[in-house]
Amino acid sequence: MSAPNPRTVATEALLDTLKMPEGGCIEVARRAALARLRAMGLPQRRDEYWKFTKPDTLLTAEVPPAAPFDNEEGLLFDEFDRLKIVFVDGVFDPQASDDLSLEGVSFDRLEDICCTDIHWAKDIYGVLETRGQTPVPRPFAALNTAFATDGIAIHVTGRPSKPISLIYIHGSRASDAILHHVIRVESGAEVTILENGPAAARLNECMEIDIADGGTLHHVRAQGRDPERRAVTAMFTRLGKQSVFKSFTVTVNGALTRNESVIELIGDDGVAHVAGACVGDAGGNRDFHHDDTVFVTHDALNCESRQVFKKVLRNGATGVFQGKILVKAGAQKTDGYQISQALLLDDDSQFLAKPELEIYADDVICSHGSTTGAIDETALFYLRSRGVPQKEATNLLTLSFLAEAVDEIEDKALAEDIRSRLENWLSRRG
Amino acid sequence: MKLLKIKDLRVKLEDEDKQILKGVDLEIGAGEVHAIMGPNGSGKSTLSYVLAGRGGYEVTGGTAHMDGLDLLDVAPEDRAAAGLFLAFQYPVEIPGVGNMTFLRTAVNAQRKARRQDEMSAAEFLKVVRARAKELKIDADMLKRPVNVGFSGGEKKRNEILQMAMLEPKMCILDETDSGLDVDAMKLVSEGVNALRNGKRSFLVITHYQRLLDHIKPDVVHIMADGRIIKSGGPELALNVEQNGYADLLAEVA
Repeated sequence: MSAPNPRTVATEALLDTLKMPEGGCIEVARRAALARLRAMGLPQRRDEYWKFTKPDTLLTAEVPPAAPFDNEEGLLFDEFDRLKIVFVDGVFDPQASDDLSLEGVSFDRLEDICCTDIHWAKDIYGVLETRGQTPVPRPFAALNTAFATDGIAIHVTGRPSKPISLIYIHGSRASDAILHHVIRVESGAEVTILENGPAAARLNECMEIDIADGGTLHHVRAQGRDPERRAVTAMFTRLGKQSVFKSFTVTVNGALTRNESVIELIGDDGVAHVAGACVGDAGGNRDFHHDDTVFVTHDALNCESRQVFKKVLRNGATGVFQGKILVKAGAQKTDGYQISQALLLDDDSQFLAKPELEIYADDVICSHGSTTGAIDETALFYLRSRGVPQKEATNLLTLSFLAEAVDEIEDKALAEDIRSRLENWLSRRG
Repeated sequence: MKLLKIKDLRVKLEDEDKQILKGVDLEIGAGEVHAIMGPNGSGKSTLSYVLAGRGGYEVTGGTAHMDGLDLLDVAPEDRAAAGLFLAFQYPVEIPGVGNMTFLRTAVNAQRKARRQDEMSAAEFLKVVRARAKELKIDADMLKRPVNVGFSGGEKKRNEILQMAMLEPKMCILDETDSGLDVDAMKLVSEGVNALRNGKRSFLVITHYQRLLDHIKPDVVHIMADGRIIKSGGPELALNVEQNGYADLLAEVA
């Protein structure tokens, strides 16, 4: 008899500690996800897409403790008129949330979908995630689909007058949240989704987004300042004809973050932009490891995709970028762009990048670039020669470095809010 | 009273065993305009960089004082706050930082270093608009990121705008005429001349006499092989224009 496969053993050990919520129309999807997860197993260090990021602390039955961070700055987006949907440690908080009514959009909690036999979200829940499992397995997303305990289904049928804001409060040192959201943007509808906050000591978040022909979704996310929190997130987005998806994430601190974005352009003339700016400091017994893993599939004519990721790393912080553009046969006139850059503020930090292009069409434009560097000494001297002190000059150049990513946010007021947070983060450091 | 006093300044490259300045002596009085001319590689730009405090050089001997301040002893930002300004030959592009933000940051950093109150946004805007207008710098150029997408002429005008806003005591212009057409050179020169006030001093580094038709120097120095080999009046520049450096170099050798 052969020895048991260690991956299977680890997977079953974790599954023993989890309990699947029962009932409703998504139960079938949950059971299918569990079967998928068992088949692929939990990630291990040897796996191609986990070489640069250790999954260990995401897999423990016990949550590595993380203290909630006392944020004297106030929450991001505070100044904006928006519909607030609040989760505390991964559980919907109706008292703290606004009344869930807004013209042009309807909401259901995951819990409520679970109790209905027929629901639009059934056609998306676990469906886009499943599509995103090929060719690269994403076990945390399968685990999420099977065991998600809360989340929201957002059905956008018009153009709501304000952004929908998901606010994730981290309350307990040992919270372990599994959130799963489903969003459907109907033809011609347009919405802005904001997400902010660390959510929990450990967060597994999955978001499935289906944008119909001519639909538009803007997504702006901030992952909170808690230095000890861990997060593994996955967004699966499918875009129809002439639809638009623009997503931006800012990450400040966090012991471990793995953000996956899987985008499928299946209708002609679609536009998908995904961008991120992160600043991390691993000094003073803190960890900072930030991983952006992106997979964009072009499967239609004349679509445009952009990936713009910038990382500022200090004191032994690690940044990872794994970005792929796959252009399928027949996806002519594709315009694909990918840039990942790291600014290392010292010799201890590192950036690991794996840009990939796989192209089966012959009439496309695809460009990619990746750079790692220090502050430009000539530019630094230029600023100092104008009287700007060294630290201030370094911060200005750091913001300048991040600007290309922040500029990806279309709403200039939101972009400015995020820029000012990045500036504050820099000025707090010596 | 001399504003700038350079004595036997000797400088080598930090990472290379290459001596660039081999004993430069230069004194500039308050309100005076001096020009330095010289063949390529004579050390003109190095002199300007070392005075402003750029890294990559090692001072192996000599001194440089401005108004009693030992320049070589303090950081570039402190030299700037004390009133030294270097207009770059190749102004640096800084994407993502608006020109106006940059100017205001610089002006207020210097005021702070001198323990003066920061300029209010309104006051700053008023001054910068007036100065920009004189240099034919439009509102769009003020909003755009620093030097990004600027033409050669725009970059140099932007340098002069910074100079006008920072109101230094000692201005060094490093080949400000390079890459400028006749009209742009005139505009830049007018900007510089407008800042001459009897107290402010200038050190103009150039290859060509042409610039000195517009910015009239009191003293012209010829630099070669890391030293000033000859000083004289404006006629010295004309002499170079007509005969080149060969005669002068032969004369000294």
